[in-house]
Amino acid sequence: MAGLKIYKWIEHRLGFVPTLKAAAEHPTPSNNASWWYVFGSAATVLLILQVVTGILLALVYSPSANEAWTSLNYLNHNIALGWYIRALHGWGSDFMIAIVLIHLVQVFLFGSFKYPRELTWMVGVGLLLLTLGMAFTGQVMRFDQDAYWGLGIGASICSRVPFVGAKLVHLLLGGPIIGGATLSRFFTLHVFVIPGLLLAGVAVHVLMVLQHGVSDWPMPGRLVRRSTYEREYHELAQKTGLPFVPDAAWKDAIFAAAIILAVMACAFFFGPFGPSGQPDPTIIQTAPKPDFAFLWIYAVLAFLPPALETPVLLVAPVLAIAGMLLLPLLAGEGERHWARRPVAVLSVSVIAVTIGICTRLGTYTPWSPVMDAWSGDAVPVKYMHDRTPLEREGAMVLQDKQCRNCHSLDGIGGMRGPALDAVAARMTEDQIVRQVLQGGGNMPAYGNALNPAETKALVSFLMTLRGKDLEPAVDASRELLLEHRMGEAAETGSSTAITTAPQNGSNAVKAGDQK
Amino acid sequence: MSELLKYPGESKNDTLSPEGKAAAHTRRVFLFKLAVGLNALVGAVLAVPLVGYLLGPAAKKRSNIGAWVNLGSLGDFPVGQTRLADFRSPMAVFDDGETGKTSCWVRRISEQAVQVFAINCAHLGCPVRWFAESKLFLCPCHGGAYYEDGSRASGPPERGLFEYRTRILGDSLMIYAGNLPTLSTRASCTEKPLIQIEPASEVQTASANTAEPATRSTTWQG
Repeated sequence: MAGLKIYKWIEHRLGFVPTLKAAAEHPTPSNNASWWYVFGSAATVLLILQVVTGILLALVYSPSANEAWTSLNYLNHNIALGWYIRALHGWGSDFMIAIVLIHLVQVFLFGSFKYPRELTWMVGVGLLLLTLGMAFTGQVMRFDQDAYWGLGIGASICSRVPFVGAKLVHLLLGGPIIGGATLSRFFTLHVFVIPGLLLAGVAVHVLMVLQHGVSDWPMPGRLVRRSTYEREYHELAQKTGLPFVPDAAWKDAIFAAAIILAVMACAFFFGPFGPSGQPDPTIIQTAPKPDFAFLWIYAVLAFLPPALETPVLLVAPVLAIAGMLLLPLLAGEGERHWARRPVAVLSVSVIAVTIGICTRLGTYTPWSPVMDAWSGDAVPVKYMHDRTPLEREGAMVLQDKQCRNCHSLDGIGGMRGPALDAVAARMTEDQIVRQVLQGGGNMPAYGNALNPAETKALVSFLMTLRGKDLEPAVDASRELLLEHRMGEAAETGSSTAITTAPQNGSNAVKAGDQK
Repeated sequence: MSELLKYPGESKNDTLSPEGKAAAHTRRVFLFKLAVGLNALVGAVLAVPLVGYLLGPAAKKRSNIGAWVNLGSLGDFPVGQTRLADFRSPMAVFDDGETGKTSCWVRRISEQAVQVFAINCAHLGCPVRWFAESKLFLCPCHGGAYYEDGSRASGPPERGLFEYRTRILGDSLMIYAGNLPTLSTRASCTEKPLIQIEPASEVQTASANTAEPATRSTTWQG
């Protein structure tokens, strides 16, 4: 009784409990009390988890370039349960990105962004960008080698902006170099600016969901029209409506609990992320890599042709964001069901597969040279059997000149260039010599790094690599030329055949001189 | 008051009734508009220092950034070799800690000819590593490769390595360092000569008696 009295006393002064109650119990069409509608609330719960764990980490973390890395190690090893809070925050961030993306895809495929929820979608796009912003700034908070060089990558991307590139770099870094000022401003973004915008944006997003109601389950053929949709939705909600709490919300609650439990389990079993090596730029024995959510961008940057890189880097994100923002304005009416929107399904599939493949590639970076393959990986014994001393010397050259950093033998070594196991079945001796000395096709020229003896030995070793005893490559044009000359010789007698050969030779020399 | 507003064009609310016009021009409305205007003015004046503070890092002139740094004795960099050198950035401030340190690659071409390359790949700034045997700089991130003179060999970079301006003062090697080297905040002068040799007047101070014939490593010497 006393409890009720206190509640009434407080409520009389607060005055908004009935409003909240009405909002919670608003009728929602029974067809959307579905397990497909739980991702938005799960993302909000994860955001709360991130805020709570973030505040706990801020109790110990020192946002100074001098101390950040040490304070993270202190959290991991010296503070009771510090490692677990870090792990929760790190895994929570990965889960949050995943859930936000799933939420986005669900809303897109269900056509829920259409009238009258266009602005809800646009705010949602903003929330996605803010979530990714939290992920990138959070990676900087883990002030280790990857964070340092990741900032370098960010600065390098900014520097490609025409005219104001240098100013942008200085704004991003807070000065001419990556240092204390850089960490401070990323800390400000990560802890004050972006979370503030994120929480405000979530509030607007949720208020708009209450304003327009949770979208009804899409049915093929039931089209969205500006003139009728709201009346139809209202009738549906009146006729089949269930109170959101508890009839629909119990699924949200169970899913949120499952997600939090999954974050806790990952945090417990896999532990916190890093920090990796200390952020000392004079330690260059490192292969920096972004966090999981950005691996696909890292892969895209490896495959773009140099001339396209700046335009793509600067234009593609603008187009992508503009496209997402304009989507509900361009397709605000009509069919909602995925079965009748093949372009939407195809777009999601293509984008998902592309990002998935790029992420997968980003995990093992086949484009990167393996920096220690030349000294660390052996030449397979089978490639040394029955080889002449010259060929064995060539194998030595292959190792010594670091060819293995980019070329693999028997599956071991770099993957930047083609595997060499069957190189002699693809290329003739002349072609190999030319390729080694002049490079080309993304291979540097080794003319300055190899002397003639080394080249001879290397090529004679490479010529023994023919896979499972494939035929050596032949230059088909040679045979034709030979046939042609034989024919000519037969026609006009042998004397002309002899004179044409030197002529060809001198032409070739001339052409070489002109270059 | 209302008859003062009778003339057309004097006010935007000509369509209103005279009472409406009067209601729109009460003392309270006037005072409220004055207060809003005053706040807009104060806000604008306040915004000047706030935005100025925020944009401070971008306001510096590029020519002000950087200073000459001593990389150490020339003797530490044997002719024909490329070696890693560390220095503390002249731009480092009190709380930069170890991020204030930087590395660079010093290529001693001959007695008096030196090239100093930034550690940062011209593609996206990752640290390049020197491989003496194949005479290449390789980047671990996306596989950018550069020849020993810093020119682009292959991979995603659009250009060669960034190069610091160098100066030989007596026995010590100096470089001009400042910005983190990126495409728009380069380490060196804008155009990139293959080999930078300071004018003779600047290197006169170098010990002349030790001068040997320039022994640029030939292709065979490894």
